[in-house]
Amino acid sequence: MLKPTTLIFALMFSLSSVITSASEVNIYSARKEMLIKPLLDQFTQATDIKVNLVTGKADALLARLLNEGKLTPADVLLTTDAGRLYRAKQAGMLQSVDSSYLNQHIPAYLRDIDNQWFGLSTRARPIMYSTDRVKPESLSTYEALAQPEFKGKVCIRSSSNIYNQSLVASMLAADEAAKTGQFLQDFVKNFAQPPKGGDRDQIKAVANGICDVTIANTYYLAGMINGNNKDQQEAAAKISIFWPNQGGRGTHVNISGAGIIKSSKNRAAAVKLLEFLASEEAQAWYAQTNNEYPVRQGVAYSPLLESWGTFKADQINLSRLGELNAQAVKLMDKAGWR
Amino acid sequence: MANEKDTWSHLVDTVLLEYVTNTFYLVMGVAVGVTSIGITSAWLIARCDFFGRSFFAWALVLPLAMPAYIIAYTYTGLLDFSGPLQSFLRHTFDWGYGDYYFPEIKSLGGAICMMSLVLYPYVYLLARTAFANQSASLFEAGQLAGLNARQRFFNISLPLARPTIVVGLSLALMETLADYGTVQYFGVNVFSTGIFRTWFGLGDGLAASQLSSLLLVVVLFLLGLEQFSRRKAKYVQQGGRVITAVKLNSVNQLLAQLFCVVVVMLGFLLPFIQLAYWTIVEAEQVFDATFWQLTLNSLKLASITALLAVIIALAFAYMQRFTRPNRFTASLVFLAGLGYALPGTIIAVGVMLPFSTLDHFIHEQAAHFGIETGLIFSGSLVMLVFAYLIRFLAVSLGNINTAMDNITPYIDEAAKTLGEKTSGIIWRVHLPLLKTSLLSSGLLVFVDTLKELPATMALRPFNFNTLAVRSFELANDEQLANAAPAVITIVLVGLIPVIWLNASMHSNSKTQ
Repeated sequence: MLKPTTLIFALMFSLSSVITSASEVNIYSARKEMLIKPLLDQFTQATDIKVNLVTGKADALLARLLNEGKLTPADVLLTTDAGRLYRAKQAGMLQSVDSSYLNQHIPAYLRDIDNQWFGLSTRARPIMYSTDRVKPESLSTYEALAQPEFKGKVCIRSSSNIYNQSLVASMLAADEAAKTGQFLQDFVKNFAQPPKGGDRDQIKAVANGICDVTIANTYYLAGMINGNNKDQQEAAAKISIFWPNQGGRGTHVNISGAGIIKSSKNRAAAVKLLEFLASEEAQAWYAQTNNEYPVRQGVAYSPLLESWGTFKADQINLSRLGELNAQAVKLMDKAGWR
Repeated sequence: MANEKDTWSHLVDTVLLEYVTNTFYLVMGVAVGVTSIGITSAWLIARCDFFGRSFFAWALVLPLAMPAYIIAYTYTGLLDFSGPLQSFLRHTFDWGYGDYYFPEIKSLGGAICMMSLVLYPYVYLLARTAFANQSASLFEAGQLAGLNARQRFFNISLPLARPTIVVGLSLALMETLADYGTVQYFGVNVFSTGIFRTWFGLGDGLAASQLSSLLLVVVLFLLGLEQFSRRKAKYVQQGGRVITAVKLNSVNQLLAQLFCVVVVMLGFLLPFIQLAYWTIVEAEQVFDATFWQLTLNSLKLASITALLAVIIALAFAYMQRFTRPNRFTASLVFLAGLGYALPGTIIAVGVMLPFSTLDHFIHEQAAHFGIETGLIFSGSLVMLVFAYLIRFLAVSLGNINTAMDNITPYIDEAAKTLGEKTSGIIWRVHLPLLKTSLLSSGLLVFVDTLKELPATMALRPFNFNTLAVRSFELANDEQLANAAPAVITIVLVGLIPVIWLNASMHSNSKTQ
């Protein structure tokens, strides 16, 4: 009879996998597969460099990188917000990249000061309002949504969501903490319902008259307009976008971006990949496929993005969002923003 | 990063109380939900005879194949303000927002309902076996003592089945504590969401792991309390005639059928229909060639994990049976099952450390000989299966231990006097008696592994996808419709062992 222990070991070794190949690049990606794989396939076609991909939640991937240390097979970390790239840099997991191509095409405020990470697409988080019930003249800034006139009129998702954390961090960066704290106290009083669901749910709530305004990422609205769901299309048709803080610092934007891992064994291929992701065709893909804003100047928007008009983006250095994240969460806890 | 003391005083000042009270209500609510549905359905199937009984016997297991967060999304789609039901009501009666009352699905109550609907099968499966195997003589004794049917249920059946029911209940509740997807989507702040918020939002991994430990202490306390409460009682049953089911009269038949139909409908059929509708009408990409690979990957991981979980649980059970009862082995078994109460991401991060330490150690040793080993276990399926085992071992441990306890030691002694060696006792006496529990615990681990998402995401090797991962990837930006084909496949693959298990349990009960 086979001993159970022998069996277990045999099974375990049959499962262990070792990767070896000549020209390849290994990616840990917090961007979902369908929102990055088509680009990576194009890259492989153009360069003959094989791309290996693991997608996952950014924080779990960071933990994995940290544990694997200098032996990690990963060459590139892709995330969907600047905060995690900042954390990766703080933990010493990234390395500086000196690429004149990247420096030329990615604006300075969308990359790390030491060029340890680069923004590859921007995601704007404006105010969205009911076209029927709200006059755009009554809107101005994020801060103004805390005014008493919006009592019971605001829907927004949970503060556990990174997009809201980054938004509040951007306010902290612009103003003193006490003011942001006061804003949060008043803002929470204006909520029409306790925060639940995602950005799409807030947009639907506005369309259905549960509330009048929300703050949401534009690509969610775009997804509702372009998707196959009739209810969502109808809901999205009742929504307009307002670009807040245009007279001041600008509308809050976050990025999806990438950095190269410190111990990367395929550094040249990794740099090539980053440069490819900043190329004109890749940048156009971000805009066309997921309605994110290209970081590169002169790249055409999708017709939908075009229809929403141009706006002034908050050009705060995005590292600040990472630095201020914990403080933002604490203030939101204190204000009772669930 | 952040100062741990600061974090704790912040948590205590602001959100900790909410985490604790919400978690308390959630666990209590799910406890009531799963015991009432689970025990009622188990009793109906095990002890009552009515038309459709053998169909419902396995149909009642089906909700097990539904991940809680999936059912949460589907019911939100149906019952939300903008969903078809409320829209219909508004159109028909010309109501607007605020003109009528409708229970809010995205709430604590909603979360309790969702989890009760998919977690009751734990109680059902275990209680059914317990009820079915109760000996007839005890009931005859009860009848002679003048107990009516209700008294016989509450004074004989229920107390006898209690240890088994508690195993099922504790599994359901641990799963509830570990849930993140549902509570997060419904905006209910509980311990699991708090752990992640502390870790990711406040950037304090230490405080997050302290929160996790606190959670485990509570679980330990509850389990310990239960064991303490029946410390003196021994639940060894005499063999003998197994009780036969009572034929129900026509009114009661109808009630029994109605109950089973409603439970299966809510826990499985309705969400399944919604998913099927999405697959057909809305999903952008339906089945393609990669689906076979995904299904194969999922099957491979789930069956290996199920097999190992059963073997390990069996080993633990024998360790306890063949050694003198001692605290050490007992607490070892106890600890081995705790992983079930923790979210998969926490388990994943937890197993990373020992494996990467081992990998670094091997790498450094090999470097002396000029060999570069790199990472051997980290990022391999070995580590992933290990994480699954940590997470799901409770399921097989609970099941198999209870079944082992139910085999009276006299059988061993009788077999010995008849000249059986230990191996003979195991193969020819114990295994046939344990067969049902081995199969059902294997099934539970199999289905759990099939559905598992966070640990799989965090630990899988490059370019390796499973059905659960794909469903998450396709449920892009809060859109479940696109994920429907993958979810349906998970459910269908999960059905295979459910049906197979039921068939083999059926043939098992015939041969007995």
